[in-house]
Amino acid sequence: MPKPITLKDHYRETRVFARRAVVSVFVVILLIVALVARMVYLQVLQYEKYSSLSDDNRVSVEPVAPTRGLVVDRNGHLLADNRPSYSVSITRELCPDIDDTLEKLSRLVEISDSRLDDFHKRLAQRRRPFTPVAVKFKLTEAEIAIIAVNQHLLPGVSLSANLVRHYPHAEAMSHAVGYVGRINESELQKLNATRYSATEHIGKTGVEAFYEERLHGEVGFQTIETDARGRITKVLERTDPIPGENLQLFMDLSTQLAAMQALEGRRGAVVAIEPETGGILALASVPGFNANLFVTGIDYATYNALQNSRARPLFNRTLQGRYPPGSTIKPIVGLGGIETGATTWDYSIYDPGFYKLENDSRFYRDWKKWGHGVVNLHSAIVESCDTYFYELAFNMGVDSIHDFMAPFGFGDRTGVDLINESKGLLPSRFWKKATRNMPWFPGETLITGIGQGYMLATPLQLALSTAILANHGNKVQPRMVKAIGGTPLPAPEVGPPITLKNPENWDRIIKSMRDVVHSAKGTARGIAKDLPGYDIAGKTGTAQVLGIKQDEEYDAEKIAEWHRDHALFVGFAPVQNPKIAIAVLVENGGGGGSTAAPVARLVLDAYFESLRQDANVPTTRAVQTP
Amino acid sequence: MSRYDYKHQLGTSQSPVTRRISLMQAIHLDAPLLGGLLVLVCVGLFVLYSASGQSTDTLLRQLLRIVAGFAAMMVMAFIPPRTYKRWTPWLFGIGIILLIGVLVTGTEAKGAQRWLAIPGTGVRFQPSEIMKVVVPMMLAWYLAERALPPGWKPVLLAAVLILVPTLLIAKQPDLGTSLLIASSGFLVLFLSGLDWKYIVGLAAAAVPAGAGVWMVMHDYQRQRVLTFLDPERDPWGAGWNITQSKTAIGSGGWEGKGWLHGTQAHLDFLPESSTDFIIAVLAEEFGLLGICALLLIYFAIVARGMYIAMNAQDTYSRLLAGSLTLTFFVYVFVNIGMVSGILPVVGVPLPMVSYGGTSIVTLMSSFGILMSIHTHRKLVST
Repeated sequence: MPKPITLKDHYRETRVFARRAVVSVFVVILLIVALVARMVYLQVLQYEKYSSLSDDNRVSVEPVAPTRGLVVDRNGHLLADNRPSYSVSITRELCPDIDDTLEKLSRLVEISDSRLDDFHKRLAQRRRPFTPVAVKFKLTEAEIAIIAVNQHLLPGVSLSANLVRHYPHAEAMSHAVGYVGRINESELQKLNATRYSATEHIGKTGVEAFYEERLHGEVGFQTIETDARGRITKVLERTDPIPGENLQLFMDLSTQLAAMQALEGRRGAVVAIEPETGGILALASVPGFNANLFVTGIDYATYNALQNSRARPLFNRTLQGRYPPGSTIKPIVGLGGIETGATTWDYSIYDPGFYKLENDSRFYRDWKKWGHGVVNLHSAIVESCDTYFYELAFNMGVDSIHDFMAPFGFGDRTGVDLINESKGLLPSRFWKKATRNMPWFPGETLITGIGQGYMLATPLQLALSTAILANHGNKVQPRMVKAIGGTPLPAPEVGPPITLKNPENWDRIIKSMRDVVHSAKGTARGIAKDLPGYDIAGKTGTAQVLGIKQDEEYDAEKIAEWHRDHALFVGFAPVQNPKIAIAVLVENGGGGGSTAAPVARLVLDAYFESLRQDANVPTTRAVQTP
Repeated sequence: MSRYDYKHQLGTSQSPVTRRISLMQAIHLDAPLLGGLLVLVCVGLFVLYSASGQSTDTLLRQLLRIVAGFAAMMVMAFIPPRTYKRWTPWLFGIGIILLIGVLVTGTEAKGAQRWLAIPGTGVRFQPSEIMKVVVPMMLAWYLAERALPPGWKPVLLAAVLILVPTLLIAKQPDLGTSLLIASSGFLVLFLSGLDWKYIVGLAAAAVPAGAGVWMVMHDYQRQRVLTFLDPERDPWGAGWNITQSKTAIGSGGWEGKGWLHGTQAHLDFLPESSTDFIIAVLAEEFGLLGICALLLIYFAIVARGMYIAMNAQDTYSRLLAGSLTLTFFVYVFVNIGMVSGILPVVGVPLPMVSYGGTSIVTLMSSFGILMSIHTHRKLVST
């Protein structure tokens, strides 16, 4: 069969092709129209949407955190400032292998397991791409250097710096200045969201918490252009933040440090007040803790150790500690006795070592087993005779004691510019009826007269009442902050002064207190030795922690440390022109004269030394600003 | 039409002297097509300069490729069509062997085997690029010898000729290129007068075929399709590209943000801004007007290509010129369609504008063939 010859109809083929070509060109035009239509849809109809999407992409308004105000002491010594702190972060989008990078990183710097857990948790959260997630905070200079040197091996790893609160005297100031910490959920709900939009920390305790408003400052804003990696390429507009105001405290750093040191190894509190102003010169609660630990987030184990320690370092004894004031209230009770006519300066009793009420078999014992013999009010204060005050209290009655002591600040908040202050407790018949629905028993009046029983006071209240006594009844309100932003704060309103029928009685009771220190029989005579040019009026106190049974003897050796007496001392100096009023409490410290008074002496010495140095400096130091 | 063509041919042949003295004719270049391509390349360089973050380095490298492309075009234009026709089956055979070679020995690049190294030289190339030209040549060669419109037997064989390279490339896997090559082969069939009933049947078969393709797809390919269907599905991941390119285009508006002022590209929001997504940079900086201008240039080139095809003197040249031109448009359409979000993201560069060497050289070669067809003329068309 011959090979079939394909007859090609060229005319027809050309025509077919031409027709198909025309169809093709028509389709091409149609498709171009479709593309143009699509572009019109995107660029004209949806222009607004995509234009704003594009702006949203690149432009964002970012809050700028204000710098927190500084806290300085009365002489300008820094108590709280802001320091750059470096942290290392990983950006997932820039990191080829997270686990590998973490492993390499942990070979360079130590990363704790809890930090790693936190990192993985935060990495898993939904966030904008190219947002770095922190792996470790507060890098040391050596750590910064070793990461920086090895950065080429660690793609996606970055170092960043930000300002973090720092306390140069973290332990000494832990309860006075307090600390800032990360804002938590409940705080977040109460805060002004805009004002705190860039802020990570908030004052949690102490002055940091009370003056949060003034320390924080006003947030700033900047409109920034970022690229897809979240890097800022341009700042388009900026409203600078207003830094927080600087606080100057009444606190004297050297006095505070002396108080901390004097209580070193013990548990206790020292509060010192400037009687003229109410300014708090020292507010020491021992043991303290390193407040810097709380700033960047304390780890669980360390926090638990602090929280569960029997020494209770987190507990602010000065404001929250409620202690029986013991004999320290005797001068005020004595003054009340004179004022109410329950006793006179000349009235004396014979003290056999105990006091007995009619129809009561109980012996109310004096601390001195065989008694003080013949005592009047003066010697009862100097020697701290309990028997005298049992009788005085019985004669006054509990309500008179309550009414006379209340104006000295007992049983109510002092109004100090710190948070979580306790009211203490100043008992009365009314109080017992209202809270316990029980009648008042006469025996309870007796022990109230020596600052035992229901009566409780904070060390701050003791210092305040001593300051009012030193002021001859002129009230003051204790306060931490002297000036804000260089402007002195006006003295707060206080009630009318306490007036006595015979104002001379102020000096007479103060004379008795002076003799507590400066006479041969005084319970605090031990601290009078080598006083550097000032004299002290004071009163010791020894408060029972455990009720002693009838006819049982108190023997410190046999009693567990936690059941030993609290040692107390209140006083002021110099006697004629008081510059400082002080209250010292040593938990389970034993005798007030032997343990608490020497602490007070060390603190007073430090304060007068500081005053002397201050006088030698011709100009007062200005508040430092960064 | 044909009568007109004949007269036209006679007209030109009557003045052979004028033809010889024309420089363009002498070096076998077509001035209108060349002009269109030069305008396009210049526009491309402007956009690329902006898209690359004003990198003169990138610009110079692209310029080098364009020069290489024009050189390839001139060489291709110099070779007469009959030589192409003679070599077509051999080229096709070699191409198939190279594709098999890629599958056997091909070097890994971006998870797919597309490159073949020439032993000893260190030069690597993609055999699939060559097939973009060779497949339409083969189809044109085969169909030119048959009575047109083709009957069912030639159509079946043509289908086999298309499917073999298509499947080999799809296996690499390079779905985008394999579909483009299939379409270039189909375009030859279409231009040869393929009966509409086959076309309708093919469209009807596409649905079950699509399901079948889905079954054999790689994960990343399925991901692309899913992302295309719903870019919001994963705005930070797979949908990022398309969301950002639509944002770039849309925010351009009528007149655009101005040259070098496109924020999407310059702030790195737009991925692949120099390569596959370069049209978004143009759209952002020059707006709708810029896009229309670019489409006009493309249309001018396509129109000139179709004019050349219609005036070609034999069936082989006609079919080849027509399909190369239409394939060129398919690239344009697929690229712009994918960047603007009406087609799935398949890695197709924007012809002559996107940064990258192979594509430009291949395209310029095919325009060289077009010019060859137009400038090597016989006295009588067949």
